[in-house]
Amino acid sequence: MAAQTLYDKLWNAHLVSTREDGTALIYIDRHLLHEVTSPQAFEGLRLAGRQPWRIDANIATVDHNVSTLSEERSAGISGIADDVSRIQVQALDDNTLGLGIETFGINDIRQGIVHVIGPEQGATLPGMTVVCGDSHTATHGAFGALAHGIGTSEVEHVLATQCLIQRKMKNMQIRVEGELGPHVTAKDIILAIIGRIGTAGGTGYAVEFAGSAIESLSMEGRMTICNMAIEGGARVGLVAVDQTTIDYIGNRPFAPTGEQWEAAVESWRQLVSDQEAQFDQVITLDAAAIEPQVSWGTSPEMVTGVSGRVPDPQSFTDETAQRGAVRALEYMGLSAGQRMTDIRLDRIFIGSCTNARIEDLRAAAKIVDGRRVAATIKQAMVVPGSGLVKRQAEEEGLDAIFKRAGFEWREAGCSMCLAMNADKLGAGEHCASTSNRNFEGRQGYGGRTHLVSPAMAAAAAVAGHFVDVREFVETPVQAAQA
Amino acid sequence: MQRFIRHQGVAAPLDRANVDTDLIIPKQFLKSIKRTGFGPNLFDELRYQDEGYPGRDNSKRPINPEFVLNQPRYENASILLARRNFGCGSSREHAPWALTDFGFRVIIAPSFADIFFNNAFKNGLLLITLDEETVEQLFREVEATPGYQLDIDLTAQQIHRPAGESIGFEVDPFRKYCLENGLDDIGITLDENSEAIRDFEARHRAANPWLFRDEAANQV
Repeated sequence: MAAQTLYDKLWNAHLVSTREDGTALIYIDRHLLHEVTSPQAFEGLRLAGRQPWRIDANIATVDHNVSTLSEERSAGISGIADDVSRIQVQALDDNTLGLGIETFGINDIRQGIVHVIGPEQGATLPGMTVVCGDSHTATHGAFGALAHGIGTSEVEHVLATQCLIQRKMKNMQIRVEGELGPHVTAKDIILAIIGRIGTAGGTGYAVEFAGSAIESLSMEGRMTICNMAIEGGARVGLVAVDQTTIDYIGNRPFAPTGEQWEAAVESWRQLVSDQEAQFDQVITLDAAAIEPQVSWGTSPEMVTGVSGRVPDPQSFTDETAQRGAVRALEYMGLSAGQRMTDIRLDRIFIGSCTNARIEDLRAAAKIVDGRRVAATIKQAMVVPGSGLVKRQAEEEGLDAIFKRAGFEWREAGCSMCLAMNADKLGAGEHCASTSNRNFEGRQGYGGRTHLVSPAMAAAAAVAGHFVDVREFVETPVQAAQA
Repeated sequence: MQRFIRHQGVAAPLDRANVDTDLIIPKQFLKSIKRTGFGPNLFDELRYQDEGYPGRDNSKRPINPEFVLNQPRYENASILLARRNFGCGSSREHAPWALTDFGFRVIIAPSFADIFFNNAFKNGLLLITLDEETVEQLFREVEATPGYQLDIDLTAQQIHRPAGESIGFEVDPFRKYCLENGLDDIGITLDENSEAIRDFEARHRAANPWLFRDEAANQV
């Protein structure tokens, strides 16, 4: 058999049928559901008189719309202040519980951002196909699973048929070789990649991230990278299975045990691209050359190193890009040539499906430990990715570090990443955010988002403006700040 | 799904690359549990000069006169001319729901984001990908000619212009078949493939029992 990429193997292992025109039906192993993109799908099923094909493939939770305030959360669904949100959260329970779908409800300790809880529960396994009505489903590709976001019609299609109509994508490999510098993280790698390939660079491709820098990352770091594949246009991000993957999965609630575990691990070890496999495109980055990244514009590709400056729109090659940059600078209230470290901040958000796992919170806590959030910062918040991440962080004392520094410590949810709940930016406010999108209005009407790593967000919180975290950690914790 | 065979209508130019789905329909409108009613808030942050929210009376809001869809000459536009990477960002199907609810039947651009592309076709919205040069030519013609209309013939895969040669376009045969017949693809999948899915599932289960929770439960 011809050499295959990891994507080829996953595709072939799930192919049910193919039409003459290349349209294929692929089987879906895991379907994750949340409150925002599923109600119309369940309604569609009911109207057509259809039943879900396979209940045990589905897992549901509420994340986008829930409050992150402990008081509001303690009263459960009935405590949700916003009427429209409450109806939507209730609708998920009504739709899933009646059908017997496993649901991590609003006050379940296992509740959390759908892309955090899947892996956390071992519900995302290597070799699976994983879909969810959310573009950041690419996250699960970190496990050598074929995972991508789908729309609501496709959610309904998966519920009804356990399959998805797809065309095979092209193969891209992005190799990151060498060693990362200190305090340079997975977030900086993926932002640097998007800065290089652009927001549509991966359109039509399944992107496998490889190379020694990727192999050295923890599962949390790999998830951060795959999570933002979609920001580079690729629906699918992948990392090959290795011992790090297998060690992460062992003993998680949904993971196989006993003989099945042995058989599964043997099978998972095949989930790597063959030596001779051909990619349609290969891009290589030098890990050592990546510095901490900060986005300056309204698209994730508008990003630069922290030592850089806001670019001159005239420096872009074509007219459409130049106009885009002019509009972005106007929206962001920045001028060409401004140093990134001169951007003053109003709010700090540490959270989201990109960066709300335990490792992210540890990295941020390490920076703020013994320091204080600058007086000019209106709000700094930490929103753990799940109830279990929150509990783990509290066991490690991270919540105390954050609270002492002046951060708010919240309940799990998507929160200010997309501002569907009450957590949002005011017009004109600049935010250092560990989330994934800096689109206009994304974090609140007129809000200005700068995408960074948790360590960079934490350092910016203390300084009140962006700073190079590599230099920041060298400065002593000042007694005056206490 | 509404059938699409041929459509003639006013074209409106949205001269901006990387139009994301947050821009098409902001998140506060995603709390709805319906598929309809998103049209009045399509491009909300571009159309109005203040912040919209569900249930607000849009007729009392200040309009942004600069925005293309607020200009009288593009009133009743049903064909949107756009720039590259249209529909990037989130997977929200509310984006095509808002576009169709507003009255759009066709979008023409040099490229579209993958998830948006799939979502659009499921809702009877025809997306046509043309090279940058041809799109640029259409932008020039639309802007120069008030009342400029295009006639989109899906069957023949041709765009007829008021003047000049027609432009051919590609469309995936299966998507074309679904559009022309207004077909729900779930029905097609179940009719044509139920048996194949069951067969696949049985083999898949035998080879990878850990993917099926009832198998795992049996083992423990």
